[in-house]
Amino acid sequence: MTWLFFQAVVSGLLLGGVYGLVASGLSLIFGVLRIINFAHGAIMMLGMYASYWLFVLVGLDPYLSILVTGPLFFALGMLIQRIVIEPNRAAAEHNQLLLTLGVALFFENLALVLWQGDFRTVRVWYSGASFLVADVLVEVPRLVAAGGAVLIALALWGFLRLTDAGKAIRALSEEPEGASLVGIDVARIRGVAFGIGSACVAVAGALVTPFFYVAPDVGESFNIMAFVVVVLGGMGNFLGALVGGFIVGLAESLGAAFLPGSLKQLVVFGLFVIVLLLRPEGLFGGRGGR
Amino acid sequence: MAGRIGLFLVVALLAALPPFLPKYALEVLISVLFFGYLGACWNILGGYGGQFSFGHAAFFGIGAYTSTLLFLHLGLSPWLGMLVGGALAAAFGLFAGYLSFRYGLRGPYFSLVTLAFAEMLRVIAVNWKAVGSSLGLVVPNRGSAPALFLFAEKLPYCYVILAMALAALAITRIIERSRMGYALAAIRENEDAAEAAGVDALSTKLSAMAISSFLTALGGTFYAQYFAYIDPSLTFGPAISIGGLLPAIVGGAGTVAGPLLGSFVLTPISELTRAVLRGRAGADVMLYGLILILVISFLPNGLVGWFRSRRAATGRTA
Repeated sequence: MTWLFFQAVVSGLLLGGVYGLVASGLSLIFGVLRIINFAHGAIMMLGMYASYWLFVLVGLDPYLSILVTGPLFFALGMLIQRIVIEPNRAAAEHNQLLLTLGVALFFENLALVLWQGDFRTVRVWYSGASFLVADVLVEVPRLVAAGGAVLIALALWGFLRLTDAGKAIRALSEEPEGASLVGIDVARIRGVAFGIGSACVAVAGALVTPFFYVAPDVGESFNIMAFVVVVLGGMGNFLGALVGGFIVGLAESLGAAFLPGSLKQLVVFGLFVIVLLLRPEGLFGGRGGR
Repeated sequence: MAGRIGLFLVVALLAALPPFLPKYALEVLISVLFFGYLGACWNILGGYGGQFSFGHAAFFGIGAYTSTLLFLHLGLSPWLGMLVGGALAAAFGLFAGYLSFRYGLRGPYFSLVTLAFAEMLRVIAVNWKAVGSSLGLVVPNRGSAPALFLFAEKLPYCYVILAMALAALAITRIIERSRMGYALAAIRENEDAAEAAGVDALSTKLSAMAISSFLTALGGTFYAQYFAYIDPSLTFGPAISIGGLLPAIVGGAGTVAGPLLGSFVLTPISELTRAVLRGRAGADVMLYGLILILVISFLPNGLVGWFRSRRAATGRTA
């Protein structure tokens, strides 16, 4: 029983790191654009396919594929923002939500049309690698994914703190009107934020391909998980998303260890509803729903 | 007066046409009316009240499962079972709505919480053996048994869903003209101002939620009887929530005829894509995504809103 518990804790923390990176991107987009991006999971799915095809066609290692997919999805994100979202800035909040839902439906089913619903996997030489720490199994690809995700999220946090572009993003997120008054090109920064968010989630997708299946609807579960994490960590709160990722990863993994079937999802949704109801501003503050 | 005659003609046409339709066209018409009905149910809360539920599948699934389980285990006619399902769905709607509204969830947060509730019910249904888990439930087909909501032909189903759709539109019309309709519109435009003007936002939103969820559950029973098979992802999955929301948005949220009009445009497109691109699953939903983006971008008030603004524009120039 204690072994099961510790195993679940380790698995949960490793999963949580990836959730953290996925959610950081979502949180960044929310902070700057004030949009809950329903297409986030679909973009992750496309990122996973990109890494998959780079591996199958060119033999590129999924970890190295980040160098391609990162910039590619930054561009894709900017494009989506420019073409679909920016022209509708003035639309009602729920209409913007529906726009991202439209993008999600489009991409998800584009993948279904192009590549059918088959589950695909990337088998790399380290896919099955693992080691034991006091009887607790640690799978190497999951460890790399979690470590990589946290490093990238922290690098991004540094970027937001230290660079001019990062400061412009934070300014826009905190005070949109003030930001435009001091001469920040707000439309461009919104595009950059959506681009970074999309790159984040595509990179997270690349990091999980060595141990996770790829399919057109794979993004859906990550999407919902990212909503939970972002609400938990506080909408627009970047570091909150990282911490929230670990909490949700733990909750899911402990739920999986001690509940039958797929009831683990119930734990996560339950957590989601409770946090939404009691603290929509998140555990660590942010811009809440009231 | 002209409007009334037009309305009468449309209804007469819809009632007279089905017996003459070939089988495939009849199936498409049933689909059109079915999604139009779901859209009308969603519209009462989403369109008039501005509360965008992303989880109406919760009510739909409760309706489908309740009437089917009562039929399978107690032999209760789904005609009665659907009322029980509706009552349960309304109770769940009041519970979920009370929690969300009481804690002040608005806009996208309300959408997220409704989505979460629907997903929770789906996960429970998948894991619950007594309700068939992920295998689902089969409604035994005993040929034609009108008292048990079972028909050998498609035609009677067409008339049932036609009656349901028209009834939903009539209810919408009554609500629109009532005190509740004005209160809902006030809440949609500005909830704080509505409350300041003396509108009881909580009870108004809860009433709309109860009516909307009750009616949506009846649609679930229709689905179970018509397709004779239900499972958790078919009934509680996001596709049903989107299937109700989309026709309402495309046709015109917050208008009486919008959802049915939207479904008359959307559903045949989807059926046609599926027929033409056989074996390319997903093409129809991909198109839906594109249409959703285009409608929000260019017709933010839906088809009905577009007609109205055109009429207003021509009226001004004349």
